[in-house]
Amino acid sequence: MCLGIPGQVVEIVDEASMMGVVDVSGVRRKVNLACVAGEGGLPALVGEWVLVHVGFAMSRIDPDEAAATLRALEELGEAMEEIEAIRASNAMLAGAES
Amino acid sequence: MSATMKYTDEFRDPEKARAVLAAIAEAVARTGATEENPLRIMEICGGHTHAIFRYGLDKLVPKAIEFLHGPGCPVCVLPMTRVDECLEIAERPGVIFTTFGDAMRVPGTRGSLMQAKARGADVRMVYSPLDALELARRHPDREVVFFGLGFETTMPSTALTVQQAKREGRTNFSLFCNHILVPPPIKALLDDPAMRLDGFVGPGHVSMVIGLEPYRFIARDYGKPLVVAGFEPLDLLQSVLMVVRQIAEGRAEIENQYARVVPDHGNPAAQAAIADVFTPRDAFDWRGLGEIDHSGVRMREAYAAFDAEEKFGVGYGKTKARAGDATLPEMEGTRCGDVIKGLVKPWACPKFGRECTPETPLGALMVSSEGACAAYRLYAGVKLAPGAEVAA
Repeated sequence: MCLGIPGQVVEIVDEASMMGVVDVSGVRRKVNLACVAGEGGLPALVGEWVLVHVGFAMSRIDPDEAAATLRALEELGEAMEEIEAIRASNAMLAGAES
Repeated sequence: MSATMKYTDEFRDPEKARAVLAAIAEAVARTGATEENPLRIMEICGGHTHAIFRYGLDKLVPKAIEFLHGPGCPVCVLPMTRVDECLEIAERPGVIFTTFGDAMRVPGTRGSLMQAKARGADVRMVYSPLDALELARRHPDREVVFFGLGFETTMPSTALTVQQAKREGRTNFSLFCNHILVPPPIKALLDDPAMRLDGFVGPGHVSMVIGLEPYRFIARDYGKPLVVAGFEPLDLLQSVLMVVRQIAEGRAEIENQYARVVPDHGNPAAQAAIADVFTPRDAFDWRGLGEIDHSGVRMREAYAAFDAEEKFGVGYGKTKARAGDATLPEMEGTRCGDVIKGLVKPWACPKFGRECTPETPLGALMVSSEGACAAYRLYAGVKLAPGAEVAA
């Protein structure tokens, strides 16, 4: 919950509600980008790496930092847990469990 | 191969780790600290506690450094009364009670949310508060409650979700707000005459939101150093070095080792969302630490329609007014409070590793991997109270 996980912004889906899609280790998830939107606006975020906490991007990081953070999370056994939680959430939102 | 060699080989850059450890040893020697009278450094964040045990950092640093494990694991400091209130709301007809997975197994006096679910309450684990809001959209005939817990790291996410719910004019979504703040318990620990603390390793992701300013009082009023740290083992060692150097040089400053993620001023958009939705409570109750002034937040008047405390008449303050004094005692025979304060190590608790295990936790410190008890049990479970089973 507190450690978050790095991901790469792949597209912007709704500028009004600040939502984009972030790829977290191959799992895609809609993420709120309000806290990382800079002066360039949301489109400028596509391709950027961010630290995602419970569905919200909280910090922009560089690709090296993203890779190092992911390694650290894997070693702590937290990465899989987070990715599984995102997967389960996606399944729920897709209507597998209404 | 020495123990130090074995451990440092696990680092991505063992050479660098050895150099930092040597620098720590040199700086510690300058402080005059000894194994009998060590420097007591508290890591506040539960993620740091987990990392310290995972990499055996407590064994790598000189014996003249003692790590104290602070109150920064959100589910660990959640009083049983709050869990009972969650159950009370979750068991109401028509309610869908949503929570992060971490909170499912925390025991209250009537069991955990997981047990309430087994008894028929509609409790659902979600990844994000946005998922709870989506459930509210899909079930307009149900009341969807999200259990908001955690420190400043998770507060922006619940604040932004509540703002979104208000924009949509949603009437069946509410937040059960139990968010807590990091700086007030640090002040409470520093004010506790039983505590002796020499410095702090500060939380990384909380600081990413709030910045360095809220910690200034620690250096200014108490003369103690704090260094905001990252989560990699080398980050932690470098932060310890920065703390020890400050002590050796007679300095007390707030420094930032994790500047690659933590801007000194934090995240302004996140701070604005927090300030818009939340306001400090006069006091809040912490498991093991008791009531601490201004240590929790509630929702502002403008968001009362999304406040589960208002909707259900349940929550800190409200339950207390009803029951006189609703601060419940902790599980009998445990020493959770003393462990949270860093006064004793987990193995000093008579229940540790016996009645209280990660599979059947009595106290919340055993529930989360960020809790000191679970961390000891996982990575250092050899020293147990006499008669306790061997964990390692």
